[in-house]
Amino acid sequence: MYDFAYHKPSSVADAVKLLAADPDAKAVSGGHTLIPALKHRLNKPTSLVDLSGIAEMKGIRREGNAIVIGALTKHEAVATSAEVKAAIPVLAFVAKHIGDTQVRNRGTLGGSVANNDPAADYPAAVLGLGATVHTSKRKVAADEFFLGMFTTALEADEILTAISFPIPEKAGYAKMRNPASRYVMAGAFVSKGPMGVRVAINGAGPCVFRQAAMEAALSANWSADAVAAIMQDADGLNSDIHGSAEYRAHLVTVMAKRAVLAAG
Amino acid sequence: MNVMAPFEGIGASVKRKEDLRFLSGRGQYTDDINRPGQLHAYILRSPHAHARITALDVAAAKAMPGVRAVYTSADMAAVGGIPCGWQIHNKDGTPMAEPKHPVLAEGKVRHVGDPVAVVVADTRPQARDAAEAIAVEYDVLPSATTMAHAQAPGAPAVHDDVPSNLCYDWHIGEKGAVDAAFAQATHRVVFETTNNRLVPNAMEPRAAIGDYDTTSGEHTLYTTSQNPHVIRLLMGAFVLNIPESRLRVVAPDVGGGFGSKIYHYAEEAIVTWAAHKLGRPVKWTADRTESFMSDAHGRDHVTRAELALDAEGTFLALRVHTQANMGAYLSTFAPCVPTYLYATLLAGVYKTPAIYAEVKAVFTNTVPVDAYRGAGRPEATYLLERLVDVAARQCGFDKLELRRRNFIATDAFPYQTPVALEYDSGDYFSTLSQALETADWHGFEARRAEAKARGRLRGIGISTYLEACGIAPSAVVGSLGARAGLYEVGTIRVHPTGSVTVLTGAHSHGQGHETTFAQLVSDKLGVPVNMVDIVHGDTAKVPFGMGTYGSRSLAVGGSAMDKAMDKIIAKGRRIAAHLMEASVEDIEFDRGTFRVAGTDKTKALAEISLAAYVPHNYPHDELEPGLEETAFYDPKNFTYPGGCHIAEVEIEPETGKVHMVNFTAVDDVGRVINPMIVEGQVQGGVAQGIGQALLEACVYDEGGQLLSASMMDYTMPRADDLAPVSVATHVTLCTHNPLGVKGCGEVGAIGSPPAVMNAVVDALRDFGVNHVEMPATPPKIWSIIHGKNGA
Ligand SMILES: Cc1cc2nc3c(=O)[nH]c(=O)nc-3n(C[C@H](O)[C@H](O)[C@H](O)COP(=O)(O)OP(=O)(O)OC[C@H]3O[C@@H](n4cnc5c(N)ncnc54)[C@H](O)[C@@H]3O)c2cc1C
Repeated sequence: MYDFAYHKPSSVADAVKLLAADPDAKAVSGGHTLIPALKHRLNKPTSLVDLSGIAEMKGIRREGNAIVIGALTKHEAVATSAEVKAAIPVLAFVAKHIGDTQVRNRGTLGGSVANNDPAADYPAAVLGLGATVHTSKRKVAADEFFLGMFTTALEADEILTAISFPIPEKAGYAKMRNPASRYVMAGAFVSKGPMGVRVAINGAGPCVFRQAAMEAALSANWSADAVAAIMQDADGLNSDIHGSAEYRAHLVTVMAKRAVLAAG
Repeated sequence: MNVMAPFEGIGASVKRKEDLRFLSGRGQYTDDINRPGQLHAYILRSPHAHARITALDVAAAKAMPGVRAVYTSADMAAVGGIPCGWQIHNKDGTPMAEPKHPVLAEGKVRHVGDPVAVVVADTRPQARDAAEAIAVEYDVLPSATTMAHAQAPGAPAVHDDVPSNLCYDWHIGEKGAVDAAFAQATHRVVFETTNNRLVPNAMEPRAAIGDYDTTSGEHTLYTTSQNPHVIRLLMGAFVLNIPESRLRVVAPDVGGGFGSKIYHYAEEAIVTWAAHKLGRPVKWTADRTESFMSDAHGRDHVTRAELALDAEGTFLALRVHTQANMGAYLSTFAPCVPTYLYATLLAGVYKTPAIYAEVKAVFTNTVPVDAYRGAGRPEATYLLERLVDVAARQCGFDKLELRRRNFIATDAFPYQTPVALEYDSGDYFSTLSQALETADWHGFEARRAEAKARGRLRGIGISTYLEACGIAPSAVVGSLGARAGLYEVGTIRVHPTGSVTVLTGAHSHGQGHETTFAQLVSDKLGVPVNMVDIVHGDTAKVPFGMGTYGSRSLAVGGSAMDKAMDKIIAKGRRIAAHLMEASVEDIEFDRGTFRVAGTDKTKALAEISLAAYVPHNYPHDELEPGLEETAFYDPKNFTYPGGCHIAEVEIEPETGKVHMVNFTAVDDVGRVINPMIVEGQVQGGVAQGIGQALLEACVYDEGGQLLSASMMDYTMPRADDLAPVSVATHVTLCTHNPLGVKGCGEVGAIGSPPAVMNAVVDALRDFGVNHVEMPATPPKIWSIIHGKNGA
């Protein structure tokens, strides 16, 4: 780890100021992605802006037909929230199956979504539910938020403050874990609700993406059989020592089927 | 009233004494030790698999804050290369190629992670910062990471003085007899396989602290070692030229070794040497990535085997050709692993009359490979037990009947194999039948049908294995090329008031010696376990011993203690005879009490020891005071644990994921001292075996980069990857050591991989699959199923 300055602001406005003042500053929430990268010296920020003291970024609440979750909410809090379980049980399920106990008690919704790791879980839920990302500046629709591998619409001095998840009629999630890292090798999040029928695929490609053919098939016939026949194109999918692009493409269909079954 | 103390002797599941310390975070590991004035070393390692160093400029690094020194091989010209502890001879009688293994790279790097330079600074981050300022220019050379590539015409030479990359070309057995048997055979079965390269990944990374006392001239090395005396011998005599009397090696609590901490590593020499140069202690601790790139790896064989059978299925002959990857340098015991710890095991539990094996050891641009839990025996067992299944299927024999037909008969011991070993005892029929019953083998088809109804493919697999451990008779291994003796030493120190300290040359790094060894003392001398302390791991305290590996600690180290206790009892009887005015012949000893035979005159051990240290009334004419005895025990033979493992798996056809659903182990480990510890050892070994079979793969790319260099990419077994493991024992005693023990540390890792893979192949029986290579990862299984479906 290289040396850095450390700040702990207590408001979003102060945090934004700190980030804007130093182009090499970085925000840190749970630190479960950033700190390992610092330890490996893969990242050299001049200062860390610790968001964990910002009260306005915490909490889970129902707002009309949506569940709004503060960016600092830990995975474990989402997994065990009565509010979330009642309205969008699959979101609690997603959180419950991120990493392990330690990870779930440090990692945050905002950190995960801002990081946009192709193998992360939450981005599938955000895209698959058509959620809205609230930032220090604006509100961004999920479809406009995830731009590419580890890349989002967030600007350098922009902070993700909360995410608003519309409550679906039904939704399901299934994933195959990478056997070593236990991150997602291929996952599918399916939903039907105010945002239409949506299928978001994570793990398989460089960035979470919507599977249009599956969405069309499910719109016509919401059933596992409807997606079972749809083959994902392997072109452009990830390929590594844990599985080829072809294997991941195959898994996309399997996971989509399982996600539909889970959604009921 | 006479309160019976709980029985803590041989056969009692005494709770591990050491666990309170470990579980409450009070273990003292090497990295927990900090010496006054300590500096920190960081090692700059090669990012390339193979390259010439054309320029190496450390000036900028030396000027960095906190930096005390930067060393390269130029500074260490007087330091010797890292020695190899075993010399193999080629078929033609010439010795193996033994290229120099420099402590720091001399002009050339040969694998990713090869040490290039070392920075010593006030703090570790300062040392690391400075290492980044070292300017190295590399002329990157083509590299060879696979043995096939290293042996292809025109392959790059890992060592300029070994242009063929061949370390040795060795053989064992009667080639003529094997050829003749093949000519007569009804069935010939060919089987080719790769035994996957593994990264040991002990929980505690390696660490070392060098310390030098300028007043006494004594060097101390604290290190994560399984055998501090071996390190003292190798490093003192061959690398740094320090006499034993001036070099103390301490291996404190060590968090797992699995073989990887047997060897003498460059970092140990570097910190010891640098501490002397700088007059201050120097500490180095590996991080996990460094461990992946610098701890000796395991396995990595490519083999073609042929089995000849007659019409009834009797094995007539076995022919094996194996290539073994040595990596870039010869690690301490690397050459003996694919030869005397592998090819000599090729008879297994079978009476195959003729066996011939050729082994070629090959240098490649990879991390050195050496013994890893089982060392050679897992490779041999995997080969044989898969081969027997392949033969059963190809020739139409029942796999159980084929095994039984060829088992060495229970009354045939001692049994001389055609590959050098003489087995002393065993009962393969009983371990087999006990395991079949426990695993409900005959009820399997119903479970398979039930799984099929759930959309799962269920398979069952068996392995009837044997291994040779308790290493080893010194004269035998000496004649086979070992450059060390393999006896063990034990000292029993009975204190004046009757508590006992045991000094042992064996080293515990998770095995529970502090409990098992104390039980030996409790059983024989009648001293409660909590009054027996086991001291190990410090050359300043313990006589010259050989350490722990090859499941030898109890069979060899325990036997030394037993002999030392015999001496204590013999002396105690003479003291007792004096005190009770009887003749020595009339003194009986049983668990702590000396008795004049046929009388109620007794003396407790504590009374005898008090008399020995306060010798007012003492037979001074014939005895020295004190009650402390040392024995060195050199085993007469290897020990031969064996048994039967049965695995049951279910495959998810859609994803190819293999789920372990059941595992049964029935092992003959000889006499069981602590059943709970045996069970733990077997379970741990089985977990590693399942890891090898289903999960673990050390992968290099063509350019020699280690792709599986972290836990993100190297799949260690986790609890939910495993199945309930049922462990039972069926004992036949070892006939040649005083305790009748064989060893249990490695059986789990040896017996289990073929059981798991036989189960995987069985699960895929409808797909015409003959073999699946380890590890059976989901994409591998999926493509087999997918290919068959033609989807
Ligand atoms: C062993 C392990 C296993 C894991 N397994 C999984 C898994 O299976 N699935 C999974 O999805 N994840 C997994 N994770 C990742 C975990 O969920 C992380 O916690 C998460 O990805 C990042 O959240 P964080 O709060 O720790 O972010 P941090 O590490 O604090 O930050 C991550 C990045 O996001 C930026 N950032 C953080 N918060 C904000 C914000 N509010 N606004 C803007 N930018 C911000 C930071 O600057 C940084 O670049 C695992 C992590 C570990 C260590």
